[in-house]
Amino acid sequence: MNLIVVSLITLGITGCLAAIILYVAAQKFKVFEDPRIEQVEVLLPGANCGGCGFAGCRNFAESCVKAESMEGLLCPVGGQPTMEKVAEVLGRTAAAADPMVAVVRCNGTCTNRPKTSQFNGTKNCQIVSNLYGGETGCSFGCIGFGDCATACKFDALHINPESGLPEVDEEKCTACGACVKACPKQIIELRKKGPKSRRIFVSCVNKDKGGVARKACSAACIGCGKCAKECPFEAITVENNVAYIDFTKCRLCRKCVAVCPTGAIHEVNFPARAPQVEKEATTPNNVAKTTEETTNN
Amino acid sequence: MKTFRIGGVHPHENKISAGQKIQNAPLPNQAIVLLAQHLGAPATPIVEKGTEVKVGQLIATASGFISANVHSPVSGKVAKIDTIVDGWGMKTPAVFIDVEGDEWMENIDRSSDIKPVCKLEPADIVKKIGEAGIVGLGGACFPTHVKLSPPPGKKAEVLIINAVECEPYLTCDHQLMMEHGEEIMIGIGIIMKAIGVNKTIVGIENNKPDAIAHMKALASKVMGVEVTPLKLKYPQGGEKQLIDACIGRQVPSGALPIEVGAVVQNVATVYAIYEAVQKNKPLIERVVTVTGKAVQTPGNFRVRFGTPLSTLLDMAGGIPENTGKIIAGGPMMGRAMSNINMPANKRISGLLMLPSEESIRQEPQNCIRCAKCIGACPMGLEPYLLAKQAELGLWDEMEQHHIMDCIECGCCLFTCPSRRPLLDYVRMGKNKVGGIIRARNMKK
Amino acid sequence: MNNLIVSPAPHAHSGDTVRRNMLNVIIALVPAYLVSLFYFGLGAFIVSATAIVACVVFEFLIQRFLLKQNNSIGDFSAILTGLLLGFNLPSNLPIWIVVIGALVAIGVGKMSFGGLGNNLFNPALVGRVFLLISFPAPMTTWPRPIAWNSSYLDAETAATPLSLIKENGAEALPAMWEMFIGNMGGSLGEVSAIALLIGGIFLICTRTITWHIPVSILTTVAAFTGILYACDVINVTPLFHLCAGGMMLGAIFMATDYVTSPMSASGQIIYGIGIGIITVVIRVFGAYPEGMSFAILIMNAVTPLLNTYLRPKRFGENKK
Repeated sequence: MNLIVVSLITLGITGCLAAIILYVAAQKFKVFEDPRIEQVEVLLPGANCGGCGFAGCRNFAESCVKAESMEGLLCPVGGQPTMEKVAEVLGRTAAAADPMVAVVRCNGTCTNRPKTSQFNGTKNCQIVSNLYGGETGCSFGCIGFGDCATACKFDALHINPESGLPEVDEEKCTACGACVKACPKQIIELRKKGPKSRRIFVSCVNKDKGGVARKACSAACIGCGKCAKECPFEAITVENNVAYIDFTKCRLCRKCVAVCPTGAIHEVNFPARAPQVEKEATTPNNVAKTTEETTNN
Repeated sequence: MKTFRIGGVHPHENKISAGQKIQNAPLPNQAIVLLAQHLGAPATPIVEKGTEVKVGQLIATASGFISANVHSPVSGKVAKIDTIVDGWGMKTPAVFIDVEGDEWMENIDRSSDIKPVCKLEPADIVKKIGEAGIVGLGGACFPTHVKLSPPPGKKAEVLIINAVECEPYLTCDHQLMMEHGEEIMIGIGIIMKAIGVNKTIVGIENNKPDAIAHMKALASKVMGVEVTPLKLKYPQGGEKQLIDACIGRQVPSGALPIEVGAVVQNVATVYAIYEAVQKNKPLIERVVTVTGKAVQTPGNFRVRFGTPLSTLLDMAGGIPENTGKIIAGGPMMGRAMSNINMPANKRISGLLMLPSEESIRQEPQNCIRCAKCIGACPMGLEPYLLAKQAELGLWDEMEQHHIMDCIECGCCLFTCPSRRPLLDYVRMGKNKVGGIIRARNMKK
Repeated sequence: MNNLIVSPAPHAHSGDTVRRNMLNVIIALVPAYLVSLFYFGLGAFIVSATAIVACVVFEFLIQRFLLKQNNSIGDFSAILTGLLLGFNLPSNLPIWIVVIGALVAIGVGKMSFGGLGNNLFNPALVGRVFLLISFPAPMTTWPRPIAWNSSYLDAETAATPLSLIKENGAEALPAMWEMFIGNMGGSLGEVSAIALLIGGIFLICTRTITWHIPVSILTTVAAFTGILYACDVINVTPLFHLCAGGMMLGAIFMATDYVTSPMSASGQIIYGIGIGIITVVIRVFGAYPEGMSFAILIMNAVTPLLNTYLRPKRFGENKK
């Protein structure tokens, strides 16, 4: 009996003491935190990918709470719906943004771009690009060791073993931009996803003169400028021997694709070309309609 | 015998071409003179298509503080100014000159007489060296006149001549000492005058006893010059290691050798300084070692810049059958080339052809934490840790662990029993961290 | 001409391999093994061979069927673990206990951490300590050393010098010289100080290990026991402690295990001092007669901390 009483008392005293110490410590070292940070963080995907430009979701949430307006704040993973929810919590309106997707701008498959040397070292694009121009004659193109695939937190990028080039899984890609930062050759670009994921882009960044570029890779952009002349919307510029399509101006008419002599311009997710598709379309919606019609036919 | 105190390894020397007399390489039909033959910004060309040039004529001027003049190594007519693809697949600007005859500038003394007396003032000597486009011929190609102009408030106490040639295979500096020792001694005198020191130490590794004896005999006639034999150990030719070995002072992290009162010059640079100051001859040629175990006639060749490297390879008997790798420089720090359509230039001190079986690395295994890389690192770093951090992208941690002190000597990778690509990652991390530091300094 | 091969510098390698380092340690263990074959005969052979075979088989099975990775038997590290485990066991230990020890050493001590290079604790010692705690009786009865012994399980038993002093004080101890050459009871590989020292010198000469760890352990033990001897706390000389038990085997072969020892020279010296002090404390004041394996395991746990705080001396850190 006595034993039980003594142990109960000692345990009770120890417990009380610990509780007091904990309470005092908690009060003394208390850090005030805006409760909205917690609320915003819950809404975020929690992948900590850094695609927003901040160090993780928590940091982004803090920045959202502190910021004056939602301008320039975008969680590329959650996209517009998430940002609207965040804005609601903070009592602001979300800035509008188009959905984006990562695009690999290189055509240098094993067949298009023969190897001229053999790299024997750590298979890491960064290391190769510090060392030399790469295994092929094109010093601008994809190295193919998959720094982008390693950087992707969403399993959306994989090196295709046949072509040796990375391929983006559109469904999984969140346009966080990690691959863009990881690529030492600046091949990957975030582009507007486009209606029905349809987009057109120049799949080459080779700044060499036409002949040199062509010699290194049969599908290189040679900077001939035919596409720029053909484009009715002035969306295409040729600079440093390479064409670039401004996706804010492009209306997806596909005229440039047809005139490119090397096939460097790619069109994605368009239906197979019927003979009379090349009607002039003025808005993306129209294009979508036209193509729908053709598919229906 | 003296040597540096931390780390170091002992690679096989393989000095196959030692003792081979320096031969002159033939003039090319077209010389391709690179405009970026030095550390820093490429030189700005001052000739244009069709300009007639003579040997030694200035064709491009230094653009910026750290840059160097480029002179025509041949006589003839400028065909074009264009870019070429260098040995590493990168584009680099160059002046193409169609060679006609071999007509030299009038003020260059081409006789073989030795001119021992230099009456110029220190400032004029440095100016002349700068005008002659001289860069460090040990490999870094840092403009020499910059190195000889110490920052204000710093005073040089001792000149150290780097005649170590610690890279395996290379013998060009060794042969230069044997054939042009007297000129080198005069060159040393000129540098001593230029930077105002009265003491010089010539550091030579003890695998070159003939050069040590030869230079000692010559140095005994010159006041203040002392030849110090050094114990064979790589990377003794590293600037900081050489200073430690010769005078026992360690340059602090991030500082220049002048911090401990030392100025280091490569022996080939000294010879170029002699020629420039005494003979008015700018830097238009250098000695290149062409070597390899399977090479027919390995040797040391004096070659004008702009000569295709294939000419040199042919002089050594062509590229052997099973060559897997051609390296510009030695096996420890040289760069493997992806093509050989490149002209000779100030940077290339040797061409090494490795057979294919020596060219392939073995598969890396797990790190067994044997600490041999730490034991080998001459800068007292932890390569195993830095490599891991680089792999994981921990740039801040790398900076804290002195990544910027790495001299990329390759001792860690050389010594690793697990064959881990330590230096690959460390070098990548060093590039990244260097970029971050530069960006931070720009902001300030 | 074929495409040229391009790789980052350096293009030369010393030719050193993991296998060569492991082989050097195995070679260095040969003299001690010969002595134990001489004194413990058949038992020594059976126990060590069982340990080696079991370690290699377990490593192979675990890599093949559990981890599904390529096997790394070729680097000889499993053979070395087996050999060291065998060296730490009495030569009259039943085979099944040895096999359990090997399973714990490889399975728990090494593979659960991710294989060679990732283990926190010395695998052989993990195996030994597991056996010591699980089977205290068979692990602490040692056969009497008899020249050209051919008995195994039925061998005549004897106590080790360390258990003798724990129990009876300094009576009936073997002569110093006998201990030095290995004529005493003990685990099969730990008895001969001279043979282990020869192995240690071989390792240092071939640059397989550096001097820091063995020298700091042995110096610490000598100094600490010397102080205790001078203060009359113990009545045996420091030399006795250096030769008794697993001191030499532990200092030269177990503590210097690459994976579990600190990386920097200063770290290695602190690590050695730690092992020396803990060993002597356990031997003199603890319940166990021998503390070497516990000391090494404790310091193994401290190794990451030492790696974090004790960095190698950087170039140019102290100006001269």
